Amino acid sequence: MLQIAIKMLLGDRAKYVTLVSSLTVVSFLFLQQGSIFCGLILRTVRPIEVVGAPIWVSDPQLRSVDESKPLLDTDLERVRSAPGVKWAVPMILQIVSAHLSDGNFTSVRLYGLDNDTFFGRPKMLSGSSELLTQDEAVIVGQAESEKLNNPKPGETFEMNDNQARVVGIADVPRDFFSYPFVYAAYDRALQYAPSQRKQMNFVLAAPVDGANPETVAKQIGKATGLAAYTEDQFRWLTMDYYLKNTGIPISIGISLFMVFMAGTLIVGQTFYQFALQNERYFGALKAMGTSSWTLTKMILLQALIVGLVGYGTGAGLGAIFGFLAGGQNSKVAFATPPLLVIISFAIVLFICMASALVSIRKVVRLEPAVVFRG
Amino acid sequence: MANPPNSTPALAARLTRVNKSFGEGTTEVHALIDVDFEVNRGELLLLVGPSGCGKTTLLSVIAGILDATSGEIEVFGTRVDQLNQQQKTTFRKETIGFIFQQFNLLPTLTACENVAVPLLIHGMNYELAQQKARTYIDKVGLGPRADFLPAKLSGGQQQRVAIARALVTEPKLIVCDEPTASLDGETGKQILEMFRSTALGPDRAIVVVTHDSRIYKYGDRIAEMLDGHILSIHENDLGPASALELHP
Repeated sequence: MLQIAIKMLLGDRAKYVTLVSSLTVVSFLFLQQGSIFCGLILRTVRPIEVVGAPIWVSDPQLRSVDESKPLLDTDLERVRSAPGVKWAVPMILQIVSAHLSDGNFTSVRLYGLDNDTFFGRPKMLSGSSELLTQDEAVIVGQAESEKLNNPKPGETFEMNDNQARVVGIADVPRDFFSYPFVYAAYDRALQYAPSQRKQMNFVLAAPVDGANPETVAKQIGKATGLAAYTEDQFRWLTMDYYLKNTGIPISIGISLFMVFMAGTLIVGQTFYQFALQNERYFGALKAMGTSSWTLTKMILLQALIVGLVGYGTGAGLGAIFGFLAGGQNSKVAFATPPLLVIISFAIVLFICMASALVSIRKVVRLEPAVVFRG
Repeated sequence: MANPPNSTPALAARLTRVNKSFGEGTTEVHALIDVDFEVNRGELLLLVGPSGCGKTTLLSVIAGILDATSGEIEVFGTRVDQLNQQQKTTFRKETIGFIFQQFNLLPTLTACENVAVPLLIHGMNYELAQQKARTYIDKVGLGPRADFLPAKLSGGQQQRVAIARALVTEPKLIVCDEPTASLDGETGKQILEMFRSTALGPDRAIVVVTHDSRIYKYGDRIAEMLDGHILSIHENDLGPASALELHP
């Protein structure tokens, strides 16, 4: 009877196309909006990921990587002396204002890297991070560098009234705020950042060989009273902050809810119409001895088919959109983690099954005697 | 579903004091009132009467697609009134063939696939069901149109497909509701001739509900209904089956 179910579904072209196209739109919008949401949230942690430190140590009050709560210079030594720490280096990470040669100002994300190791230096596209040892040297990230007038090596701009000379262009992704990334040696960065009593705001550390970063982070916290996070913990801390303190989840959540409601209504109504129009045929099948369970299986199969075809098409369109508009350095924040694919598929399947239930309820309650009503 | 001790082997169906009501209180309608009725094996019985007299209700009760309010219904030895819904579904699948006024052919299936549907309901493999369905399509003279969709067939051809569908599982009782109402006179006549030639047998019976006086001559007996009662059941004065030499 399942072949009959498939033929009943595919034979009614108009209904089939309506169901599949509705689910295609729902799937596409779910994936597209969900991917933009994920893309935006993942961009909040780009400043962490580009550094690649196993352990981040900060002020305990810090809520995200974008906050600046300075530490004492002596905190660096305290971290170095904590059990399980292989090495620890200071880092400045601040948003500072850059004064361009054309007179404009723009905010940049300034990294002050350890003078000796340059730990956290980016992958270079041109020039070399070793050049950061030179006086006034800075490296500029290519993404968003148009805000600095696309500087080339040798060109200059100012930060905090101190001249910065570009010595290389780095391959860094865009962050949530679309700030250009600027890297300098730690001592030089102290001059570029606005003067404060304390300026170092992070200590980056690594565990001794074979030690678990999470355990070592706990040991650092216990020994110093500072907050110490593994990279993954720090990413979640930052993402959690943006999820709780920005309108992104509610804004995209509302769009997704609307998509869900519209999809459920359209698909549900179309399925119901399908059941209504086929009432006499379902009645005939019941009269001829088809059990309600067999009819239920037939309708569920029809729902599964339109769900799979609709989701497949929608996901395909979503992938094309992501390919054309996405990418790490695209202006469009777009990331499709596997969990999003699974969740969106589950939602589409839920819509199909919920809609099918409406039809099933109608068909199961249908009296076979309906076939004798003229 | 064994035969009850007092079942009569010569009878296809026996109804005793069957009542059927719809609605409750002031809106209650008595569609069947104390109906006593028998259908013999090997006969084509016509159930006639004005609209709303209870013909279709009676047919539905016999076929097990509508529950009687009270009374006994025995069809080929099975007490239909004592079956639960699941047992009735099995009973219909195994015992009853249906022919409807509106044909009720699935519009997205070919004629052959429509005929195969009852076989698929029986759990037969799709390919085997198609093969068997094709032999029945040939029997009703529609071999060349076996792969046509119902929309491409005339009303008479669609009803022939419906007959093939009703016969393909070789049911003991075939119930037909106004089988000629949607057909012209000549086609209606052909359909009834086909009933007699292909559907009727010594261990099988056909009950046809009809208004169509042009086909009365094809019945062995005629039961007349009025307002939920059986007024009379009599041998067909028009002398049908024997004169037409249609019994196999």
